[in-house]
Order: sequence, then structure tokens, then C-alpha cells
Amino acid sequence: MDGVVRPKPKAVRMRGRSYVAFVFCPVVPIIEWLEEIDATLNQSPGFFVGKPVVLDLSAVDLSQNAILQLVANFEQRHIRILGFEGVDAARLSATMPPLLTAGRHFVIPQSGPKKPEATKPKLKPASLLLDNQVRSGQSIVFPEGDVTVVGSVSSGAEIVAGGSIHIYGTLRGRAMAGIDGNPMARIYCQKIEAELLAIDGYYRTAEQIDAAFRDRPTQVWLEGDIVQITPLN
Amino acid sequence: MAKVMVVTSGKGGVGKTTTTAALGAALAQMGQKVAVVDFDVGLRNLDLVMGAERRVVFDFINVVQGIANLSQAIIRDKRLENLWLLPASQTRDKDALTDEGVAKILAEMRTKFDWIICDSPAGIERGATLAMRYADEAIVVTNPEVSSVRDSDRIIGMLDSKTAKAAQGEQVKKHLLVTRFDTARAARGEMLTIEDVLDILATPLLGIIPESQDVLRASNVGSPVTLNDATSAPARAYIDAARRLMGEDVPVMVPVARKGLMDRLLGRRAA
Repeated sequence: MDGVVRPKPKAVRMRGRSYVAFVFCPVVPIIEWLEEIDATLNQSPGFFVGKPVVLDLSAVDLSQNAILQLVANFEQRHIRILGFEGVDAARLSATMPPLLTAGRHFVIPQSGPKKPEATKPKLKPASLLLDNQVRSGQSIVFPEGDVTVVGSVSSGAEIVAGGSIHIYGTLRGRAMAGIDGNPMARIYCQKIEAELLAIDGYYRTAEQIDAAFRDRPTQVWLEGDIVQITPLN
Repeated sequence: MAKVMVVTSGKGGVGKTTTTAALGAALAQMGQKVAVVDFDVGLRNLDLVMGAERRVVFDFINVVQGIANLSQAIIRDKRLENLWLLPASQTRDKDALTDEGVAKILAEMRTKFDWIICDSPAGIERGATLAMRYADEAIVVTNPEVSSVRDSDRIIGMLDSKTAKAAQGEQVKKHLLVTRFDTARAARGEMLTIEDVLDILATPLLGIIPESQDVLRASNVGSPVTLNDATSAPARAYIDAARRLMGEDVPVMVPVARKGLMDRLLGRRAA
């Protein structure tokens, strides 16, 4: 095997990114609810200006016209609606902001006006532990943090992690660490027979992995834009 | 207690149908009441291997659709009185199988048989997922080469996630059966070793079936290999596997090429 092949940087790099948006939940009567919004705006005018705002319409039953009217009401207050939640897609016209799905709660750190929606602080685990072998065809995606596998990762399986990947077994599939732009992420495994290794978008294919590293515990890390593989101990 | 066993592999041509017929016959010879069920709708083969193709009247799909009842569709083996076959339909395709239909037939069969052995089609689509859906145990058939092993690995993942047992938080008990193990090629290091296969799949070994002309010879005459010549190497390996399924403690031997002086001189392969 050729040991001096250097991985070339890719032309296109794509990344997933999530943003925090305010979610308003209108309740009937809408007029009174809007007055409450106005009261908040009076306390700190311009607080919502330029911030993404999502309308959760699950508590109300509005026609298309009523939704249009509501959006217009917000525009008068200089609040732009990013999208909707909790409403049938058929109720929205093509010119309206889109329907959003798979939203997750998030606590907005802020002082100042009270939040329109009370959410409970929920601590998200920053690591994922898998007790079993990851089989061919399985895809484990965990952008929140580290992934630990107690077992092997089969050929044709993939682990995608926002943080580092730890495999207490043989890595025969693909491992992609630091996918949300974390060059400090690393990959560790007991034996390396990987199909693909990637950290922060830089990758190395099976052909570019020196056979000398097989059958020994290995660490994969990023130095500049080169994926380095070094044996552990 | 009836056991529903699926014989599956992902990859085609590795020996699922041969295994279904051979283990079904071996278990029936041990006095168990056995039904073998062909799930390969549209590409049925099990009737041929069992030698029952000229007696098929109704099939699995007819029973699912209520055109026939189970006792009309199921065929008793001519050689073993407690071995039965439920053939697949050749004129339909896998879409004719429904989850409810499969559940209903298997529930009915559970009351009548000790073992229900389901011959899964190749692939990971509807036919294969329905064949494994209601299984209690699974035999994963693998050849000692990389593509077969990787496909089996995928199937094991599906057994752990797509079955009724998995939905209830239980596990389908899995057995690994390595078939078409070529002793001569193994001696030359041209195949994956049993250790390699077990290392990748991490599943208990049920048996190793040697590659043999006896398998082809048996299916050509429409007889399970364990009935056709019970003394042949593959038949003995299948009978041992059936005894392990019955809970007997039979050690697994890795077949080795036994070459006599004459074989060496003539360059013949021992099977």
C-alpha cells in the first residue's frame, strides 16, 4: 500500500446547523392575546426585531385568511414570521412562511421581558452509549456530542458524531467525527479496518489507511487539514 | 411449545432452501412435528427441493386470501409422516403477502406443529421482513466470503429491530449456520475462516456445512439432503445442527480436507 498518499480536501463542504427561534402560541381571543404581546413590546421595544419567530397554531383553529391577517398583525409590530407549527399544510398558501417540523425545546438564556412560552430546562446528554455491535446498514447519527460503542462497527455501518467517536471493538465501517465543525474531535478504536474516517469534513478512505495500523488500538485526529492516524501506546 | 424459526441470509444462493428442507427433515426424523413454509412468493423452490411440486393445489397466498384453509394447502411429505410443506404461490409476488395474513397463518400453525421453519426470500424487502416478523428464532445462513457475511450482518441488524419480538423489547434468538464451507479452499486460505466469520458476526454457531456435490444431487431428485443420503458429509452436519436445535450438546467440528495418498496422486478433492 502506498503510504505517502495525502487526502485531498473536498471542493464542497456542507454542514447542518440549527438555530434558536422564539415560538409564539396564539390563543383565543386573538385580540387579547395580541394585547399581551404589545404589553411585552412596550417593556422592551424592538426586542423581537430581526429575531426569527415561529407561530405554533395548535391551540387555535384559523382559516387561511385569518392566518394571513395574523401575519400582517405581526408585520405591523415589525416582527417577521419564520414559519408555522401545529397547522395543516393545506391551510398555508405558497406565499406564506413554510410549515416547520421536528422542533425541539430550547431554553433561551435572557434577561428582560418574560418569555411568551414557558419551557422547562432540560439537560441534553452530550454523549451516546451503544451497548451492542453496530450492524451493517445501521446509521448512528448524534450531532450533539460523543458516541461510544461497546462492540464492533460492521462493514457498511456508519457512526456520525458531533464530537469524538470511541469504539471498543473493531471499526470496519465508517466513522465521521466532529461533523458540526469540530476539528478537535477524534476517533478511537481497538482495531482499525475502517471504510472511511472523517473529522470535521476532512476524510481518509480505506485505501489511504496504512495496513500497518490494522489489528492495533488506534487514534485518529486532525492536524491542520490532514487526517492523522497514530497507534495508541 | 411451537417454535417459529426463520431461515434467512440477505444474500441469495447461500443455501437457505437447502437448509430449510434438510433441517426440517432431520427434526421430523427425530419425532418432531415439523412444517416448512416457503415465503419466496413468485420464486418458489422449496416444493422442488422437497419433491412435492406435483402435488401443489393451494398455496400460502390462497390461505391468506381465504380461498383455501390451511389443511387444504399444506402438503404431507411422502417419506416422513410428520413433515409438512406449505408452498408459496408462483403466480403472485411479494405484495400479495400481508402482515395480518402472515400473523394469522402462523398463529394457526403454532397450535398444530412443534416447529414451523420459514424459508425466507433473499433481500431485505417485504418478503424477507414478513418471513422474519413473527419468528422466535432465526438461522442466519452465511457462506465464508465477505459479501455474504456483510449481508448476514445487515439481516442480524434487522432481526434485532424489525421483528415482533424486537417491538416488544425481546430478542429473536439467532443461530449462525456457515454453509458451502470448502475444505480444500479453506486449507489454501482462499476463504474467510470460521474465526473471521464469528468475529464479524458475533453470533453463536449452529453448524458448519461442507460444500458438497451431495447437496446438488439431493435437490435434483427432490429430496432433502438429510433424507437422500444420511451418511454424506453435509447430511451429517445438518443432523448435528438439528440435534443442537433440540438442545443436545454436540461439539462443532471445523471440517478438514482428508486426503489419502490416492487422492493426492489423482489430484482429487475430498468433500
